Amino acid sequence: MSGPWEGELGGHRVVQPASEAQRERRSYIWGLGSALVLTGAAFGLAVFKLLAGPALLAAIGVLALVQIAVQFRFFLHIDLSRSKREDLQLILFTGLLVLIMVGGSLWIMSSLDQRMMGG
Amino acid sequence: MSDATNQHPGINLAHARPQDSRHAEVTVFGFWTFLMSDAILFALLFATYATMVNRTAGGPSGSELFDITNAFVETVVLLVSSFTFGMGAVALKEGRQRAVMLWLGVTMVLGLGFVGLELREFTGLIGEGATAQTSGFLSSFFVLLSTHGLHVLVGCLWIAVMLVQIASFGLSRQVRSRILRLALFWHFLDLVWIVIFTVVYLPAVAS
Repeated sequence: MSGPWEGELGGHRVVQPASEAQRERRSYIWGLGSALVLTGAAFGLAVFKLLAGPALLAAIGVLALVQIAVQFRFFLHIDLSRSKREDLQLILFTGLLVLIMVGGSLWIMSSLDQRMMGG
Repeated sequence: MSDATNQHPGINLAHARPQDSRHAEVTVFGFWTFLMSDAILFALLFATYATMVNRTAGGPSGSELFDITNAFVETVVLLVSSFTFGMGAVALKEGRQRAVMLWLGVTMVLGLGFVGLELREFTGLIGEGATAQTSGFLSSFFVLLSTHGLHVLVGCLWIAVMLVQIASFGLSRQVRSRILRLALFWHFLDLVWIVIFTVVYLPAVAS
């Protein structure tokens, strides 16, 4: 594809090694490929009824979590390295809040539902 | 100059342009904070949907209404748009202005295509009498989906604004920083969509 880019930009002399951009490009292509496979697997399981009931819900749930992790890694460039720690902590804390609020709401509402409907 | 181990996370340009990193550290982290509060908004809309999904009030259920082919096409369009934005971010790193504008333009067209598909789906549902007023299930469905669709539309508008800014200011420091935040926003919308097709469409088609 493109070679090393070198030139003047906004008064700054900029040298861009080709390997860096090449590595990023490959990261996006990997991300797209794995996301397509995971999406295809999730739709395939549901549409062709390869699994049913709770097993299906668990399987597509796991596929979704894996795809979210894949997109964080390849598209948003969040990984376990030291320099990404702050962002990762923010994301994980948000995950905790979501777990408490969504999990708590669903728990309360389903419990209420059973008591009210006698189900 | 910041050293390599202390670069700010997310998509950063620090390697290519060291003068960007200090600015990026503050603004990108702030933008992540906004994204995560937006994630909580979506999470609670998902919780509402999950409690409402069986409350059809005698109206049609998801398995009778949803067109899984349309949902799959929407999924692929949004995923590919996330990828084309990534290609735009690589071009930005290389400083190729025309390539950046091209990839952003492609991303915007895909984003508008997604919104068009979603609007077509909505008009189809409303034509079948499945409006937001029909049941708690459909109210929560329309609120969740249109909140996401509105985010995509705002993203398209933001891309249009950035295209004008690139054309008038070139790839200046501020323009580069704004494009990187827009990239985070755009990838985030695809993350939300993963949860939408997993929670809304797939369980409905399987039941």
